[in-house]
Amino acid sequence: MIDNLDMSLVDWSRAQFALTAMYHWIFVPLTLGLSFIIAIMETIYVRTGKEEWKTTTKFWMKLFGINFAIGVATGIILEFEFGTNWSNYSWFVGDIFGAPLAIEGIMAFFMETTFIAVMFFGWKKVSKKFHLISTWLVAIGSNLSAYWILVANAWMQQPVGVTFNPETARNEMTNFWDVALSPMAVNKFLHTISSSYVLAAIFVVGVSAWYIMKKRDLAFARKSIIVAAIFGFLTSVYTIFSGDGSARQVASAQPMKFAALEGLYKGQEGAGLIAFGFFSTSESDPENENLKDFTLKLEIPNVLSYMAFLDWDAFVPGVKDLIDGNKKHNILSAEEKIRRGKIAIAKLREFKEAKKSGNKELETTLKNEFTSDAFQKEYFRYFGYGYITNTDQLIPHVPLMFYSFHLMVALGGYFLLFFVYVLYLIIRKKAIEKRWFLRLAIWTIPLAYLASQAGWVVAEVGRQPWVIQDLMPTMAAVSRISTGAVQVTFWLFAVVFTTLLIAEVRIMVKQIGFGPKGKGGNK
Amino acid sequence: MLSVSYLMLQQYWWMIISLLGALLVFLMFVQGGQTLIYTLGKNDNERKMIVNSLGRKWELTFTTLVTFGGAFFASFPLFYSTSFGGAYWVWMAILFCFVIQAVSYEYRTKAGNFLGKRTFETFLFINGLGGTVLIGTAVGTFFNGAMFSVNEMNFSQWETPYGGLEAVLTFHNVALGLSVFFLSRVLGIMYLNNNINDEQIATRGKKQIIINGALFLVFFLFFLIKLILKDGYAYNPETGEVTMEAYKYLHNLLDMPVVLVLLLVGVVGVLWALYTAIMKESKTSIWYAGSGVVLVVFSLFLIAGLNNTAFYPSNADLQSSLTIQNASSSEFTLTTMSYVSIMVPFVFAYIWYVWKSMDGKKIDAEEMENDSHAY
Repeated sequence: MIDNLDMSLVDWSRAQFALTAMYHWIFVPLTLGLSFIIAIMETIYVRTGKEEWKTTTKFWMKLFGINFAIGVATGIILEFEFGTNWSNYSWFVGDIFGAPLAIEGIMAFFMETTFIAVMFFGWKKVSKKFHLISTWLVAIGSNLSAYWILVANAWMQQPVGVTFNPETARNEMTNFWDVALSPMAVNKFLHTISSSYVLAAIFVVGVSAWYIMKKRDLAFARKSIIVAAIFGFLTSVYTIFSGDGSARQVASAQPMKFAALEGLYKGQEGAGLIAFGFFSTSESDPENENLKDFTLKLEIPNVLSYMAFLDWDAFVPGVKDLIDGNKKHNILSAEEKIRRGKIAIAKLREFKEAKKSGNKELETTLKNEFTSDAFQKEYFRYFGYGYITNTDQLIPHVPLMFYSFHLMVALGGYFLLFFVYVLYLIIRKKAIEKRWFLRLAIWTIPLAYLASQAGWVVAEVGRQPWVIQDLMPTMAAVSRISTGAVQVTFWLFAVVFTTLLIAEVRIMVKQIGFGPKGKGGNK
Repeated sequence: MLSVSYLMLQQYWWMIISLLGALLVFLMFVQGGQTLIYTLGKNDNERKMIVNSLGRKWELTFTTLVTFGGAFFASFPLFYSTSFGGAYWVWMAILFCFVIQAVSYEYRTKAGNFLGKRTFETFLFINGLGGTVLIGTAVGTFFNGAMFSVNEMNFSQWETPYGGLEAVLTFHNVALGLSVFFLSRVLGIMYLNNNINDEQIATRGKKQIIINGALFLVFFLFFLIKLILKDGYAYNPETGEVTMEAYKYLHNLLDMPVVLVLLLVGVVGVLWALYTAIMKESKTSIWYAGSGVVLVVFSLFLIAGLNNTAFYPSNADLQSSLTIQNASSSEFTLTTMSYVSIMVPFVFAYIWYVWKSMDGKKIDAEEMENDSHAY
């Protein structure tokens, strides 16, 4: 299936998808969080009838609109790229992945699209109540959309609720609820949306701080900060809790990813958590450049074991245990998994050949063997390993994983302290006017984006080489097109996205400059 | 309890895909309107009304396109993997046309937009022209075939180095693309007549309906007549073997008389809409044209995929052709999604309600002056 595959095609296809996904993710979290902040503000307007809340709502709605448009533009590309660049994957998972995508379209996109028109243009066309409901439905629609796409993503990290059908050579869904409500999906959704709410709250506080620093629109800025700080504090706390749940999911379903993000090479009982650390340039394993030694690290004993398995003394496998195997802890070596994967692939080919030659008896026998519980458990679960040619391919980039994860965690902790301080100022009725704090609030905005991107680096780079954990490696998923074609579209996308991003930021900055009482800032 | 076979589910989902495709073509009035901004609007105020009128519907078209793609992926994933993964340049070109549309309305007149208003208007024109012609031409391959093969693992391979662009060498495909383009312009004018209260725009629109309506009829009738006279791709439902059959699409219409009636009623609806728009200057012709277009496109999709017809034929390897039976999702997945599809009428209902609430008062110059979010 992947004979004579040009690996640069895989790399360029990955680069193109990563480029699109990372650009898309610049815009989506603000949409997810700001939609609820706007809905809360409009609710206050409808309940109090105070015009200043309407002005506040409309201002943030304008920024929401600018951001939303470019999120839509980058979002459609991702849907297309599943097919254009990952066609084998599209077939292999279409039976599972397609359903959440279709539900996303029917349930969420239409809700979002229909009511956003009311939200932007309906102020004088529909009643106050209908307008408010529309604003809430936009927020709910956006977040529902996030749920279904994250169900699909979670399934790739932990394939559940399916059976492989040798007739069609694909995974087929056998239990919708196992797929839709898998703990991986629920945790991923909760962590992703709560962290997006934090980003949006930081955005609102940061922009409002700029007004206070400029000593203009003070009442508007303070009102915005109060709403965003309460929203941000609550969601920061929840982000930390949901992150904890996500880590446990990763530890059990993707042990290699978990080991890589903690830089744990050799498994331990009572493993310690590295609070922070730096890698040296030397290699701990001369055969794999990704495995660097730490030059400096601060380790908290036993915490990693507790984080992974809620047991201070539990064994956490390291990268080398997962490659070399560990008999004591019942971990197969990578070589053994590769051997079993090759047997599974060979059996499938044998079945296909029997079917082609019309040997019905052999076909039935091979099918029964392939689908038997024992074969599925002992061999098919390692199907994807059969494509792996070198065990080093199974190790993700450890320093990138470690730094991304620790940056995300550290910033997540900082965001909570940030909101605690803002709330302290609000509760104590102290003026939010210290310049150092206002500057800090503004500079916290890019940090929120950095943390959000780092989170996705952990999730997606960390599952390499798998596009579907243990079942399909990236190299088997790619479309058989020319590398040159992907290079051309990569650079075209890079130019288009960057141009549109510059346009978006400039427009956004201008609108902020006009302020809530500006006339809309149209040319 | 009603027992539903796997084949019935496959047919049901092909009908849903057909309906989404039909609605998409109707909603392409947005694209058609975008190519006429400077033809119908002769000053900034008129152009602003046109852009704002279309701008309140563009997301609906966009979402329908995304849902059409998503539903195709979900119900017939082998088509998604084969066509998207092989006809790379066609789908990438379509994609670029829609990416540049998504920001154009919102950014067009905003201060700080360093690309300038005309750039975004050009983007809208490119989307209107490229989006319609390319999608129409791509759908043409449903009847004329494409150059791919599928192996025993259902992994596909494109058999030309042109990534699907070779479809333009078959004029029948291009005729469908041009039909969709001119149709979208006719629909765009009819929609604007219905949605904007401005006599100047309506007068210019009438002239454009005559020109674009005539061009649409020429290309569409060529496409339709050739279609019913051409050989088609039939398959044996027992063995899956694909063979060429003379007058296959004509046979499909005769074998499924309900589809034939839908097609004829749809054609009459479009012709009636053209008549009322030109002769009676009707403001409501969009509804006849829209209903007619939905029926015609729905019928065309049905004859492409039902009655044992390969909906995505392969000219490189006839036996690799895709049918609703060999390209579909599993029975379990189709059943699950069928439950979800029960929500579709509810979605239609709220879209209709919102559209009615928002369009009760027609767009005019005064509204443009006072709307703080106007594009």
